[in-house]
Amino acid sequence: MKQFLAALAFFAVLLGAWEYAANHCGISAVLLPPPSDVWKYLLGAAKDGTLGEATLVTMKRLFIGYLVGIGIGIPTGMLTARFKFLHNTVGTIALGLQTLPSVCWVPLALLWFGQTETAMLFIVVMGTVWAVILATDHGIRQIPPLYREAAATMGSKGLHLWFRVLAPASLPHIVSGTKQGWAFAWRSLMAAEIYITILSGMGIGHLLHYGRELHAMDQVVGLMLVIIVIGFLADKIIFSPWERFLHRRWGLNNS
Amino acid sequence: MSLASELAVPPPSKIRLVGVSKKFTTKRGTVHALDDINLEIGEGEFVCFVGPSGCGKSTLLRIVAALERNFTGMAEVNGKMITEPGRDRTVMFQEHALFPWLDVIGNVLFGLKLKPDLSNKDRVEVARYYLHLVGLDGFERANIHELSGGMKQRVALARALAPNPRVLLMDEPFAALDAMTREQLYGDLQKIHAARKKTILFVTHNVREAVCLGDRVLLFSPRPGRIRKEFKVTLPRPREFNDVAMASLAAEITGELKTILAPSKDGTTSTIRPL
Repeated sequence: MKQFLAALAFFAVLLGAWEYAANHCGISAVLLPPPSDVWKYLLGAAKDGTLGEATLVTMKRLFIGYLVGIGIGIPTGMLTARFKFLHNTVGTIALGLQTLPSVCWVPLALLWFGQTETAMLFIVVMGTVWAVILATDHGIRQIPPLYREAAATMGSKGLHLWFRVLAPASLPHIVSGTKQGWAFAWRSLMAAEIYITILSGMGIGHLLHYGRELHAMDQVVGLMLVIIVIGFLADKIIFSPWERFLHRRWGLNNS
Repeated sequence: MSLASELAVPPPSKIRLVGVSKKFTTKRGTVHALDDINLEIGEGEFVCFVGPSGCGKSTLLRIVAALERNFTGMAEVNGKMITEPGRDRTVMFQEHALFPWLDVIGNVLFGLKLKPDLSNKDRVEVARYYLHLVGLDGFERANIHELSGGMKQRVALARALAPNPRVLLMDEPFAALDAMTREQLYGDLQKIHAARKKTILFVTHNVREAVCLGDRVLLFSPRPGRIRKEFKVTLPRPREFNDVAMASLAAEITGELKTILAPSKDGTTSTIRPL
Protein backbone atom coordinates (compact mmCIF):
# COMPACT_ATOMS: atom_id res chain seq x y z
CA MET A 1 0.00 0.00 0.00
CA LYS A 2 2.80 2.34 0.94
CA GLN A 3 4.61 1.49 -2.29
CA PHE A 4 1.43 2.08 -4.26
CA LEU A 5 0.96 5.53 -2.67
CA ALA A 6 4.57 6.42 -3.38
CA ALA A 7 4.15 5.45 -7.04
CA LEU A 8 0.88 7.40 -7.19
CA ALA A 9 2.60 10.47 -5.74
CA PHE A 10 5.33 10.17 -8.36
CA PHE A 11 2.85 10.18 -11.22
CA ALA A 12 0.90 13.06 -9.68
CA VAL A 13 4.07 15.15 -9.48
CA LEU A 14 5.01 14.17 -13.04
CA LEU A 15 1.59 15.25 -14.38
CA GLY A 16 1.73 18.45 -12.34
CA ALA A 17 5.17 19.33 -13.64
CA TRP A 18 4.07 18.60 -17.21
CA GLU A 19 0.98 20.78 -16.80
CA TYR A 20 3.02 23.59 -15.28
CA ALA A 21 5.74 23.40 -17.94
CA ALA A 22 3.18 23.43 -20.75
CA ASN A 23 1.30 26.44 -19.38
CA HIS A 24 3.97 28.62 -17.86
CA CYS A 25 7.23 28.06 -19.69
CA GLY A 26 6.20 29.53 -23.01
CA ILE A 27 6.22 26.23 -24.86
CA SER A 28 3.78 26.06 -27.72
CA ALA A 29 0.83 23.70 -27.15
CA VAL A 30 1.73 22.12 -30.50
CA LEU A 31 5.06 21.03 -29.08
CA LEU A 32 3.82 20.06 -25.65
CA PRO A 33 0.08 19.93 -25.05
CA PRO A 34 -0.78 20.18 -21.34
CA PRO A 35 -2.35 17.08 -19.80
CA SER A 36 -5.58 18.98 -19.21
CA ASP A 37 -5.97 19.49 -22.98
CA VAL A 38 -5.22 15.85 -23.61
CA TRP A 39 -7.86 14.90 -21.07
CA LYS A 40 -10.34 17.30 -22.68
CA TYR A 41 -9.74 15.76 -26.08
CA LEU A 42 -10.17 12.22 -24.76
CA LEU A 43 -13.36 13.18 -22.96
CA GLY A 44 -14.77 14.89 -26.04
CA ALA A 45 -13.81 12.04 -28.37
CA ALA A 46 -15.31 9.53 -25.98
CA LYS A 47 -18.54 11.55 -25.74
CA ASP A 48 -19.09 12.06 -29.45
CA GLY A 49 -18.31 8.39 -30.12
CA THR A 50 -15.30 8.78 -32.41
CA LEU A 51 -12.95 7.17 -29.90
CA GLY A 52 -15.21 4.19 -29.18
CA GLU A 53 -15.86 3.61 -32.84
CA ALA A 54 -12.20 3.87 -33.78
CA THR A 55 -11.22 1.50 -30.98
CA LEU A 56 -13.79 -1.00 -32.19
CA VAL A 57 -12.56 -0.81 -35.79
CA THR A 58 -8.96 -1.19 -34.69
CA MET A 59 -9.62 -4.06 -32.29
CA LYS A 60 -11.57 -5.92 -34.94
CA ARG A 61 -8.68 -5.64 -37.38
CA LEU A 62 -6.22 -6.60 -34.70
CA PHE A 63 -8.09 -9.70 -33.60
CA ILE A 64 -8.75 -10.97 -37.10
CA GLY A 65 -5.16 -10.36 -38.17
CA TYR A 66 -3.79 -11.85 -34.99
CA LEU A 67 -5.98 -14.96 -35.16
CA VAL A 68 -5.06 -15.51 -38.81
CA GLY A 69 -1.42 -15.03 -37.82
CA ILE A 70 -1.40 -17.63 -35.06
CA GLY A 71 -3.76 -19.86 -37.05
CA ILE A 72 -1.11 -20.02 -39.77
CA GLY A 73 1.88 -19.70 -37.48
CA ILE A 74 1.34 -22.54 -35.01
CA PRO A 75 0.62 -25.31 -37.57
CA THR A 76 3.45 -24.05 -39.80
CA GLY A 77 5.82 -24.04 -36.83
CA MET A 78 4.79 -27.61 -36.06
CA LEU A 79 5.52 -28.62 -39.64
CA THR A 80 8.91 -26.91 -39.71
CA ALA A 81 9.78 -28.68 -36.46
CA ARG A 82 8.71 -32.02 -37.93
CA PHE A 83 10.24 -31.87 -41.39
CA LYS A 84 13.90 -31.00 -41.82
CA PHE A 85 13.30 -29.72 -45.34
CA LEU A 86 10.62 -27.27 -44.21
CA HIS A 87 12.83 -26.18 -41.33
CA ASN A 88 15.65 -25.39 -43.75
CA THR A 89 13.39 -23.55 -46.18
CA VAL A 90 10.30 -22.06 -44.53
CA GLY A 91 12.19 -21.76 -41.25
CA THR A 92 14.91 -19.71 -42.92
CA ILE A 93 12.32 -17.44 -44.54
CA ALA A 94 10.66 -16.97 -41.15
CA LEU A 95 13.96 -16.12 -39.54
CA GLY A 96 14.67 -13.53 -42.23
CA LEU A 97 11.24 -11.93 -42.39
CA GLN A 98 10.92 -11.80 -38.62
CA THR A 99 13.68 -9.20 -38.59
CA LEU A 100 11.82 -7.11 -41.19
CA PRO A 101 9.61 -4.45 -39.56
CA SER A 102 6.21 -5.18 -41.04
CA VAL A 103 5.64 -1.54 -41.96
CA CYS A 104 8.08 -2.28 -44.80
CA TRP A 105 5.31 -4.33 -46.39
CA VAL A 106 3.10 -1.22 -46.76
CA PRO A 107 4.19 -0.25 -50.30
CA LEU A 108 3.70 -3.76 -51.66
CA ALA A 109 0.48 -4.28 -49.73
CA LEU A 110 -0.93 -1.09 -51.27
CA LEU A 111 0.02 -2.21 -54.77
CA TRP A 112 -1.31 -5.71 -54.33
CA PHE A 113 -4.51 -5.05 -52.43
CA GLY A 114 -5.15 -1.32 -52.83
CA GLN A 115 -6.49 0.79 -49.99
CA THR A 116 -8.50 -2.06 -48.52
CA GLU A 117 -9.01 -4.05 -45.34
CA THR A 118 -7.08 -6.84 -47.03
CA ALA A 119 -3.98 -4.68 -47.12
CA MET A 120 -4.36 -4.01 -43.38
CA LEU A 121 -4.88 -7.67 -42.67
CA PHE A 122 -1.87 -8.60 -44.75
CA ILE A 123 0.41 -6.27 -42.83
CA VAL A 124 -0.81 -7.46 -39.44
CA VAL A 125 -0.41 -11.09 -40.45
CA MET A 126 3.09 -10.41 -41.76
CA GLY A 127 3.86 -8.83 -38.42
CA THR A 128 2.57 -11.78 -36.39
CA VAL A 129 3.15 -14.97 -38.26
CA TRP A 130 6.96 -15.24 -38.33
CA ALA A 131 7.45 -14.83 -34.61
CA VAL A 132 4.78 -17.46 -33.94
CA ILE A 133 6.33 -19.92 -36.42
CA LEU A 134 9.77 -19.51 -34.87
CA ALA A 135 8.50 -19.86 -31.30
CA THR A 136 6.45 -22.97 -32.09
CA ASP A 137 9.30 -24.55 -34.03
CA HIS A 138 11.72 -23.84 -31.22
CA GLY A 139 9.22 -24.94 -28.57
CA ILE A 140 8.79 -28.35 -30.19
CA ARG A 141 12.49 -28.84 -30.87
CA GLN A 142 13.48 -28.25 -27.28
CA ILE A 143 11.08 -30.90 -25.90
CA PRO A 144 13.19 -33.47 -24.05
CA PRO A 145 13.25 -36.72 -26.09
CA LEU A 146 12.34 -38.44 -22.83
CA TYR A 147 8.74 -37.15 -23.11
CA ARG A 148 8.32 -38.74 -26.53
CA GLU A 149 9.84 -41.97 -25.31
CA ALA A 150 7.74 -42.12 -22.16
CA ALA A 151 4.62 -41.43 -24.24
CA ALA A 152 5.62 -44.02 -26.83
CA THR A 153 6.01 -46.75 -24.20
CA MET A 154 2.44 -46.04 -23.10
CA GLY A 155 1.21 -46.49 -26.64
CA SER A 156 1.04 -42.88 -27.84
CA LYS A 157 1.92 -42.26 -31.47
CA GLY A 158 0.93 -40.24 -34.52
CA LEU A 159 -1.66 -37.55 -33.94
CA HIS A 160 -2.11 -38.53 -30.31
CA LEU A 161 1.59 -37.91 -29.73
CA TRP A 162 1.33 -34.53 -31.47
CA PHE A 163 -1.73 -33.24 -29.71
CA ARG A 164 -1.39 -34.83 -26.28
CA VAL A 165 2.37 -34.63 -25.82
CA LEU A 166 4.27 -32.39 -28.21
CA ALA A 167 1.73 -29.54 -28.32
CA PRO A 168 1.30 -29.25 -24.53
CA ALA A 169 5.02 -29.83 -23.92
CA SER A 170 5.83 -26.81 -26.07
CA LEU A 171 3.09 -24.68 -24.49
CA PRO A 172 5.45 -22.36 -22.55
CA HIS A 173 7.25 -21.46 -25.78
CA ILE A 174 4.02 -21.18 -27.75
CA VAL A 175 2.54 -18.83 -25.16
CA SER A 176 5.58 -16.59 -25.15
CA GLY A 177 5.68 -16.77 -28.95
CA THR A 178 2.03 -15.79 -29.35
CA LYS A 179 2.57 -13.01 -26.84
CA GLN A 180 5.45 -11.71 -28.91
CA GLY A 181 3.26 -12.14 -31.99
CA TRP A 182 0.59 -10.04 -30.31
CA ALA A 183 3.07 -7.24 -29.62
CA PHE A 184 4.19 -7.33 -33.26
CA ALA A 185 0.60 -7.41 -34.52
CA TRP A 186 -0.27 -4.34 -32.46
CA ARG A 187 2.75 -2.39 -33.71
CA SER A 188 2.10 -3.47 -37.30
CA LEU A 189 -1.52 -2.42 -37.21
CA MET A 190 -0.68 1.01 -35.85
CA ALA A 191 1.89 1.46 -38.61
CA ALA A 192 -0.60 0.24 -41.21
CA GLU A 193 -3.36 2.55 -39.99
CA ILE A 194 -1.05 5.55 -39.96
CA TYR A 195 0.20 4.84 -43.48
CA ILE A 196 -2.86 3.49 -45.22
CA THR A 197 -5.97 5.59 -45.50
CA ILE A 198 -9.05 3.54 -46.20
CA LEU A 199 -12.74 4.28 -46.28
CA SER A 200 -14.01 1.10 -44.67
CA GLY A 201 -13.37 2.28 -41.15
CA MET A 202 -11.38 4.84 -39.22
CA GLY A 203 -9.14 3.23 -36.61
CA ILE A 204 -7.08 4.69 -33.80
CA GLY A 205 -4.05 4.97 -36.09
CA HIS A 206 -6.10 7.05 -38.53
CA LEU A 207 -7.24 9.38 -35.78
CA LEU A 208 -3.63 9.79 -34.74
CA HIS A 209 -2.66 10.49 -38.33
CA TYR A 210 -5.32 13.18 -38.68
CA GLY A 211 -4.23 14.67 -35.37
CA ARG A 212 -0.82 15.09 -36.91
CA GLU A 213 -2.25 16.68 -40.07
CA LEU A 214 -4.20 19.18 -37.95
CA HIS A 215 -1.29 19.83 -35.58
CA ALA A 216 -3.65 18.73 -32.80
CA MET A 217 -1.04 17.33 -30.49
CA ASP A 218 -3.51 16.94 -27.64
CA GLN A 219 -5.23 14.43 -29.90
CA VAL A 220 -1.95 12.72 -30.81
CA VAL A 221 -0.84 12.40 -27.19
CA GLY A 222 -4.31 11.30 -26.09
CA LEU A 223 -4.35 8.55 -28.70
CA MET A 224 -0.85 7.48 -27.76
CA LEU A 225 -2.17 6.96 -24.24
CA VAL A 226 -5.12 4.94 -25.58
CA ILE A 227 -2.71 2.75 -27.57
CA ILE A 228 -0.62 2.15 -24.47
CA VAL A 229 -3.67 1.28 -22.37
CA ILE A 230 -5.04 -1.18 -24.96
CA GLY A 231 -1.67 -2.92 -25.21
CA PHE A 232 -1.45 -3.13 -21.45
CA LEU A 233 -4.99 -4.45 -20.97
CA ALA A 234 -4.57 -7.05 -23.72
CA ASP A 235 -1.49 -8.32 -21.98
CA LYS A 236 -3.33 -8.62 -18.69
CA ILE A 237 -6.57 -10.05 -20.06
CA ILE A 238 -5.28 -12.44 -22.71
CA PHE A 239 -1.88 -13.54 -21.53
CA SER A 240 -1.87 -13.29 -17.75
CA PRO A 241 -4.29 -16.22 -17.27
CA TRP A 242 -2.05 -18.43 -19.45
CA GLU A 243 1.05 -17.35 -17.62
CA ARG A 244 -0.62 -18.00 -14.27
CA PHE A 245 -1.60 -21.47 -15.47
CA LEU A 246 1.95 -22.20 -16.63
CA HIS A 247 3.31 -20.91 -13.38
CA ARG A 248 0.96 -23.05 -11.32
CA ARG A 249 1.33 -26.25 -13.37
CA TRP A 250 4.93 -26.11 -14.51
CA GLY A 251 6.25 -24.09 -11.59
CA LEU A 252 7.85 -21.69 -14.05
CA ASN A 253 8.78 -18.20 -12.97
CA ASN A 254 9.55 -16.79 -16.39
CA SER A 255 7.74 -16.80 -19.72
CA MET B 1 -12.94 -54.69 -21.01
CA SER B 2 -14.33 -54.52 -17.54
CA LEU B 3 -12.80 -52.90 -14.52
CA ALA B 4 -12.30 -56.28 -12.86
CA SER B 5 -10.36 -57.69 -15.79
CA GLU B 6 -8.36 -54.47 -15.97
CA LEU B 7 -7.34 -54.80 -12.35
CA ALA B 8 -6.65 -58.53 -12.60
CA VAL B 9 -2.99 -59.48 -12.84
CA PRO B 10 -2.19 -60.62 -16.37
CA PRO B 11 0.34 -63.42 -16.74
CA PRO B 12 3.85 -61.93 -16.83
CA SER B 13 5.80 -62.33 -20.05
CA LYS B 14 8.92 -64.24 -20.83
CA ILE B 15 11.65 -62.54 -22.76
CA ARG B 16 14.18 -64.12 -25.08
CA LEU B 17 17.21 -62.39 -26.54
CA VAL B 18 19.37 -64.24 -29.04
CA GLY B 19 22.67 -62.88 -30.35
CA VAL B 20 21.71 -59.26 -29.74
CA SER B 21 24.41 -56.79 -30.78
CA LYS B 22 24.23 -53.05 -31.11
CA LYS B 23 26.69 -50.51 -32.46
CA PHE B 24 26.43 -46.75 -32.18
CA THR B 25 28.15 -44.79 -34.88
CA THR B 26 29.25 -41.33 -33.84
CA LYS B 27 31.62 -38.79 -35.40
CA ARG B 28 34.42 -40.17 -33.28
CA GLY B 29 33.91 -43.71 -34.41
CA THR B 30 31.88 -46.79 -33.71
CA VAL B 31 30.99 -47.82 -30.18
CA HIS B 32 30.24 -51.46 -29.72
CA ALA B 33 27.51 -51.08 -27.10
CA LEU B 34 26.34 -54.68 -26.98
CA ASP B 35 27.96 -57.81 -28.30
CA ASP B 36 26.16 -61.11 -28.77
CA ILE B 37 23.81 -61.03 -25.81
CA ASN B 38 21.95 -64.28 -25.22
CA LEU B 39 19.45 -64.20 -22.44
CA GLU B 40 16.23 -65.85 -21.35
CA ILE B 41 14.08 -64.25 -18.70
CA GLY B 42 11.31 -66.25 -17.15
CA GLU B 43 7.74 -65.24 -16.43
CA GLY B 44 7.55 -62.97 -13.40
CA GLU B 45 11.30 -62.94 -12.91
CA PHE B 46 13.00 -59.86 -11.42
CA VAL B 47 16.32 -59.46 -13.22
CA CYS B 48 18.86 -56.77 -12.41
CA PHE B 49 21.48 -55.55 -14.91
CA VAL B 50 24.58 -54.30 -13.13
CA GLY B 51 27.74 -52.89 -14.61
CA PRO B 52 29.91 -49.84 -15.04
CA SER B 53 28.58 -47.01 -17.16
CA GLY B 54 28.92 -47.61 -20.86
CA CYS B 55 28.45 -51.38 -20.59
CA GLY B 56 25.24 -51.34 -22.61
CA LYS B 57 22.87 -52.38 -19.83
CA SER B 58 20.52 -49.46 -20.48
CA THR B 59 20.77 -50.06 -24.22
CA LEU B 60 19.62 -53.65 -23.71
CA LEU B 61 16.65 -52.42 -21.67
CA ARG B 62 15.81 -49.91 -24.39
CA ILE B 63 15.94 -52.66 -26.99
CA VAL B 64 13.30 -54.60 -25.06
CA ALA B 65 11.26 -51.37 -24.81
CA ALA B 66 11.75 -50.92 -28.59
CA LEU B 67 13.10 -47.42 -27.97
CA GLU B 68 16.33 -48.58 -29.58
CA ARG B 69 16.14 -49.92 -33.11
CA ASN B 70 18.73 -51.08 -35.62
CA PHE B 71 20.27 -53.82 -33.57
CA THR B 72 21.23 -57.23 -34.86
CA GLY B 73 20.00 -60.47 -33.36
CA MET B 74 16.57 -61.38 -32.14
CA ALA B 75 14.47 -59.97 -29.33
CA GLU B 76 11.20 -61.68 -28.42
CA VAL B 77 8.50 -61.22 -25.83
CA ASN B 78 6.29 -64.28 -25.43
CA GLY B 79 7.59 -65.63 -28.70
CA LYS B 80 6.72 -62.45 -30.62
CA MET B 81 9.36 -60.25 -32.17
CA ILE B 82 9.69 -56.84 -30.52
CA THR B 83 8.89 -54.28 -33.19
CA GLU B 84 7.52 -51.18 -31.53
CA PRO B 85 6.96 -49.73 -28.04
CA GLY B 86 3.79 -50.92 -26.39
CA ARG B 87 1.72 -50.88 -23.25
CA ASP B 88 2.65 -54.48 -22.47
CA ARG B 89 6.20 -53.23 -21.69
CA THR B 90 6.14 -49.94 -19.82
CA VAL B 91 9.27 -48.09 -18.79
CA MET B 92 10.32 -46.17 -15.72
CA PHE B 93 13.25 -43.85 -16.38
CA GLN B 94 15.98 -42.43 -14.18
CA GLU B 95 14.46 -39.00 -14.59
CA HIS B 96 10.80 -39.20 -13.69
CA ALA B 97 9.73 -38.16 -17.23
CA LEU B 98 6.36 -37.07 -15.85
CA PHE B 99 4.44 -34.60 -18.00
CA PRO B 100 4.47 -31.17 -16.34
CA TRP B 101 1.28 -30.06 -18.11
CA LEU B 102 -0.72 -32.77 -16.33
CA ASP B 103 -1.34 -33.15 -12.61
CA VAL B 104 -0.56 -36.36 -10.74
CA ILE B 105 -3.69 -38.27 -11.71
CA GLY B 106 -3.52 -36.87 -15.23
CA ASN B 107 -0.10 -38.46 -15.61
CA VAL B 108 -1.33 -41.82 -14.32
CA LEU B 109 -4.36 -41.57 -16.63
CA PHE B 110 -2.21 -40.87 -19.69
CA GLY B 111 -1.65 -44.51 -20.61
CA LEU B 112 -5.13 -45.53 -19.47
CA LYS B 113 -6.75 -43.04 -21.84
CA LEU B 114 -5.12 -44.92 -24.70
CA LYS B 115 -7.05 -48.04 -23.74
CA PRO B 116 -10.26 -47.70 -25.76
CA ASP B 117 -12.38 -50.23 -23.91
CA LEU B 118 -12.44 -48.53 -20.53
CA SER B 119 -14.98 -45.93 -19.45
CA ASN B 120 -13.64 -42.70 -17.99
CA LYS B 121 -15.03 -43.62 -14.61
CA ASP B 122 -13.16 -46.91 -14.68
CA ARG B 123 -9.97 -45.18 -15.75
CA VAL B 124 -10.11 -42.85 -12.78
CA GLU B 125 -10.75 -45.79 -10.49
CA VAL B 126 -7.77 -47.70 -11.90
CA ALA B 127 -5.56 -44.60 -11.56
CA ARG B 128 -6.63 -44.17 -7.92
CA TYR B 129 -5.91 -47.83 -7.25
CA TYR B 130 -2.31 -47.45 -8.42
CA LEU B 131 -1.79 -44.16 -6.63
CA HIS B 132 -2.94 -45.95 -3.50
CA LEU B 133 -0.56 -48.82 -4.25
CA VAL B 134 2.44 -46.45 -4.39
CA GLY B 135 1.26 -44.64 -1.28
CA LEU B 136 0.08 -41.39 -2.83
CA ASP B 137 -3.55 -41.17 -1.73
CA GLY B 138 -4.71 -37.58 -1.62
CA PHE B 139 -2.13 -36.30 -4.12
CA GLU B 140 -4.32 -36.78 -7.21
CA ARG B 141 -4.59 -33.09 -7.98
CA ALA B 142 -1.04 -32.08 -7.02
CA ASN B 143 1.19 -30.55 -9.68
CA ILE B 144 4.38 -32.39 -10.54
CA HIS B 145 6.73 -29.59 -9.53
CA GLU B 146 5.23 -29.58 -6.05
CA LEU B 147 6.36 -33.16 -5.34
CA SER B 148 9.64 -34.35 -3.84
CA GLY B 149 11.99 -36.51 -5.91
CA GLY B 150 10.80 -39.70 -4.22
CA MET B 151 7.15 -38.82 -4.75
CA LYS B 152 7.80 -38.07 -8.41
CA GLN B 153 9.29 -41.53 -8.86
CA ARG B 154 6.29 -43.03 -7.07
CA VAL B 155 3.99 -41.28 -9.56
CA ALA B 156 6.20 -42.53 -12.38
CA LEU B 157 5.89 -46.06 -11.00
CA ALA B 158 2.10 -45.72 -10.76
CA ARG B 159 2.02 -44.40 -14.33
CA ALA B 160 4.12 -47.31 -15.58
CA LEU B 161 1.94 -49.84 -13.74
CA ALA B 162 -1.41 -48.32 -14.69
CA PRO B 163 -1.73 -49.73 -18.22
CA ASN B 164 -1.29 -53.16 -16.56
CA PRO B 165 1.85 -54.19 -18.46
CA ARG B 166 3.26 -57.68 -18.38
CA VAL B 167 6.82 -56.41 -18.36
CA LEU B 168 8.13 -53.48 -16.34
CA LEU B 169 11.40 -51.97 -17.52
CA MET B 170 13.21 -49.85 -14.95
CA ASP B 171 16.23 -47.81 -16.03
CA GLU B 172 18.08 -46.72 -12.87
CA PRO B 173 14.81 -45.41 -11.45
CA PHE B 174 16.14 -44.66 -7.98
CA ALA B 175 19.62 -43.41 -8.89
CA ALA B 176 18.80 -39.75 -8.36
CA LEU B 177 17.15 -40.22 -4.96
CA ASP B 178 18.61 -39.89 -1.48
CA ALA B 179 19.51 -43.06 0.40
CA MET B 180 16.59 -43.01 2.81
CA THR B 181 13.95 -42.51 0.12
CA ARG B 182 15.61 -45.28 -1.89
CA GLU B 183 15.44 -47.78 0.95
CA GLN B 184 11.73 -47.05 1.42
CA LEU B 185 11.16 -47.61 -2.27
CA TYR B 186 13.01 -50.96 -2.21
CA GLY B 187 10.50 -52.19 0.33
CA ASP B 188 7.55 -50.77 -1.59
CA LEU B 189 8.72 -52.12 -4.93
CA GLN B 190 9.07 -55.64 -3.47
CA LYS B 191 5.55 -55.42 -2.05
CA ILE B 192 4.18 -54.24 -5.38
CA HIS B 193 6.06 -56.97 -7.23
CA ALA B 194 4.50 -59.51 -4.87
CA ALA B 195 1.01 -58.06 -5.33
CA ARG B 196 1.16 -57.52 -9.09
CA LYS B 197 3.51 -60.06 -10.54
CA LYS B 198 5.41 -58.58 -13.46
CA THR B 199 8.52 -59.58 -15.30
CA ILE B 200 10.90 -56.81 -14.24
CA LEU B 201 14.16 -55.75 -15.87
CA PHE B 202 15.98 -53.38 -13.58
CA VAL B 203 19.11 -51.47 -14.62
CA THR B 204 21.35 -50.13 -11.89
CA HIS B 205 24.98 -49.48 -11.08
CA ASN B 206 24.29 -50.06 -7.40
CA VAL B 207 25.20 -53.68 -6.57
CA ARG B 208 23.46 -53.71 -3.17
CA GLU B 209 20.29 -52.44 -4.81
CA ALA B 210 20.48 -55.22 -7.40
CA VAL B 211 20.97 -57.92 -4.76
CA CYS B 212 18.17 -56.52 -2.64
CA LEU B 213 15.64 -56.53 -5.49
CA GLY B 214 16.62 -59.17 -8.03
CA ASP B 215 15.97 -62.87 -8.39
CA ARG B 216 18.97 -62.79 -10.67
CA VAL B 217 21.79 -60.29 -11.06
CA LEU B 218 23.58 -60.04 -14.40
CA LEU B 219 26.99 -58.44 -14.36
CA PHE B 220 27.87 -56.54 -17.55
CA SER B 221 31.33 -55.61 -18.79
CA PRO B 222 31.92 -52.65 -21.10
CA ARG B 223 33.33 -52.15 -24.61
CA PRO B 224 31.89 -54.30 -26.02
CA GLY B 225 28.94 -54.73 -23.68
CA ARG B 226 28.68 -58.37 -22.66
CA ILE B 227 27.14 -60.34 -19.86
CA ARG B 228 30.16 -61.26 -17.81
CA LYS B 229 28.64 -63.30 -15.03
CA GLU B 230 25.31 -64.15 -13.52
CA PHE B 231 24.37 -64.50 -9.87
CA LYS B 232 21.21 -66.11 -8.52
CA VAL B 233 19.81 -64.46 -5.44
CA THR B 234 17.87 -66.99 -3.40
CA LEU B 235 17.51 -64.97 -0.21
CA PRO B 236 13.95 -64.96 1.14
CA ARG B 237 11.65 -61.99 0.46
CA PRO B 238 10.90 -59.38 1.53
CA ARG B 239 14.52 -58.47 1.78
CA GLU B 240 15.89 -55.85 4.08
CA PHE B 241 18.47 -53.55 2.47
CA ASN B 242 20.87 -53.87 5.40
CA ASP B 243 20.66 -57.68 5.64
CA VAL B 244 24.05 -59.34 6.34
CA ALA B 245 23.72 -62.28 3.92
CA MET B 246 22.83 -59.82 1.19
CA ALA B 247 25.82 -57.66 1.98
CA SER B 248 28.21 -60.57 1.54
CA LEU B 249 26.75 -61.48 -1.85
CA ALA B 250 26.94 -57.83 -2.84
CA ALA B 251 30.60 -57.79 -1.78
CA GLU B 252 31.27 -60.80 -3.99
CA ILE B 253 29.68 -59.12 -7.01
CA THR B 254 31.48 -55.87 -6.29
CA GLY B 255 34.77 -57.79 -6.20
CA GLU B 256 34.00 -59.20 -9.63
CA LEU B 257 33.07 -55.73 -10.87
CA LYS B 258 36.45 -54.43 -9.74
CA THR B 259 38.30 -56.99 -11.82
CA ILE B 260 36.32 -55.79 -14.83
CA LEU B 261 37.29 -52.22 -14.19
CA ALA B 262 40.95 -52.90 -13.28
CA PRO B 263 43.24 -51.66 -16.06
CA SER B 264 45.66 -54.24 -17.42
CA LYS B 265 49.36 -53.53 -17.94
CA ASP B 266 48.97 -51.97 -21.36
CA GLY B 267 46.53 -49.43 -19.94
CA THR B 268 43.34 -50.80 -21.48
CA THR B 269 40.71 -52.62 -19.51
CA SER B 270 41.28 -56.32 -19.12
CA THR B 271 39.95 -58.57 -21.79
CA ILE B 272 36.82 -60.31 -20.70
CA ARG B 273 36.25 -63.96 -21.32
CA PRO B 274 32.77 -64.75 -22.50
CA LEU B 275 30.40 -66.32 -20.04
